[in-house]
Amino acid sequence: MKILVCISNVPDTTTKITFTNDNTEFNTAGVQYIVNPYDEIALSRAIELTEGGKGTVTVINVGEASNDPTIRKALAIGADDAVRVNALPRDAYFVAKQIAAYAKDKDFDIILTGRESIDYNGNQVAAMVGEFLDIPSVSIIKKLETDGTSSTVEREIEGGKEVLTVTGKFIASCAEGVAEPKIPNMRGIMSARTKPLNIIEAVSIEEVTKVIKFETPAPRGAVKLIPADQTEQLIGLLHSEAKVI
Amino acid sequence: MSVLVYVEQAEGKFKKSVFEAVSYAKAIADQQSTNLTAISIGNVAEEELKELGKYGASKILNVSVDQLKTFVNQAYASVIASAAEKESADIVVLSNSFSGKGLAPRIAVKLKAGLADGAVGLPKIDGSKFEVKKTAFSGKAFAITELTSANKIIALNPNAFGVKENHTDVVIENFAADIKQSDLGTVIKDIVRATDKISLPDAELVVSAGRGLKGPENWGMIEELANLLGAATACSKPVSDADWRPHSEHVGQTGISISPNLYIAIGISGAIQHLAGVSSSKVIVVINKDPEAPFFKVADYGIVGDAFEVIPKLIEALKAHKA
Repeated sequence: MKILVCISNVPDTTTKITFTNDNTEFNTAGVQYIVNPYDEIALSRAIELTEGGKGTVTVINVGEASNDPTIRKALAIGADDAVRVNALPRDAYFVAKQIAAYAKDKDFDIILTGRESIDYNGNQVAAMVGEFLDIPSVSIIKKLETDGTSSTVEREIEGGKEVLTVTGKFIASCAEGVAEPKIPNMRGIMSARTKPLNIIEAVSIEEVTKVIKFETPAPRGAVKLIPADQTEQLIGLLHSEAKVI
Repeated sequence: MSVLVYVEQAEGKFKKSVFEAVSYAKAIADQQSTNLTAISIGNVAEEELKELGKYGASKILNVSVDQLKTFVNQAYASVIASAAEKESADIVVLSNSFSGKGLAPRIAVKLKAGLADGAVGLPKIDGSKFEVKKTAFSGKAFAITELTSANKIIALNPNAFGVKENHTDVVIENFAADIKQSDLGTVIKDIVRATDKISLPDAELVVSAGRGLKGPENWGMIEELANLLGAATACSKPVSDADWRPHSEHVGQTGISISPNLYIAIGISGAIQHLAGVSSSKVIVVINKDPEAPFFKVADYGIVGDAFEVIPKLIEALKAHKA
């Protein structure tokens, strides 16, 4: 079984998000980068499914050379090899096209992504790759079982879940529940240095979106504190002042 | 040129988020001085379809075939894209729901369209410039995104626009969808829906609790409070990691992001990752025994006190208020 996992290089979850250049660029100063946490879940499941000689896991990232430490981290977690498409990841459409162009003739049985990247929160890449490759896509899965040809996945829906079967190749975006994120061990970290990381060039595609600028949420006013023994006052304020109940 | 909105049904019914998407799409159609067409897939009764006229849809394309009775991502995307082409719709609106998130990107590729998902407001249109404000960095920021392609797709976040009535005479047409066998690769085996619970992403009111509750056995009062309010329940990451509550209730940066009218956080300190997922809530109430808890800094109302004392009193006060 051959599995391809798409990984994104994102700011650490504790990052305070600020912008520079008149709010048109993300301020990268002092920011630590990590493997997108959802992609790590996808990668961990891929490794579980292929462990013990049952298959191989390739990770793919679209980005510049500064992403290499994040890709090495994925190799340390347990991917067998990696590919980096050497280009600035313009938007999801661009990234999905690059992944599809690479995967087209590689015969991967399953392609996995995280449910969304924690920077642009798109959840677009998986379904777009599915469409470019004309294979089924399942978004936001919580469980994945497969024998290589037939797979069962659980997908989140509002207020519940859907259980689906897929025959043949497909792509899915993974959420919590699919696997516990694996932590690299010393052997993994050592071997990651020598695992193959192939750099390929991007294919061209039309531009469809462009970020003009960023805004940060408006700050809230000071908190109104209510004494712990006067809960009725809180109910009153929520009813007559905030008008939410 | 027209606007097409996909109206997602669950067991033959439309939810509030669908009426919200229709209201939003109608406002865009008005901006563009054009009409709004809705497309429904699955077996929805005429009575229910007509409801969409209340929010501004003037035409409804109804796809009612057995193969598409339940959701098939690939096939639904094909049907919606072909409807957009047939109607010459250059703007397609969906709700940014779990299914919407699976559909919008596929439709975008089919129509070579730019996609703004997690949209939080109406597009700003200036000549040929079409900009949409969408969430980014898990609620820590917004990105003003220009859709530079001729066709455009927008997936609207629940609770971002509101439901707006706009009575319109509505025509229902059967839409003959051409279904490819290769589009039917996924087969639904089972659908589990907790019908007695309010779905968290759509909820207007949310009661959420964290580690301060000490153990899963103490969620009774959280559920009682939520029931009294008609609210959904949620939790922090440590709580779902410890299996006290299901992952589907985890809100925050690596869980789900929500924007209810009221978010009540009980025994949650307010780590930056948690705040990211809830900061777009309209009103935030924090109940925590630690006056230094960072959550108080982003709250509108706060009570410094022990949840085990405050919540029963809050329940009493709420009962009195309702009576």
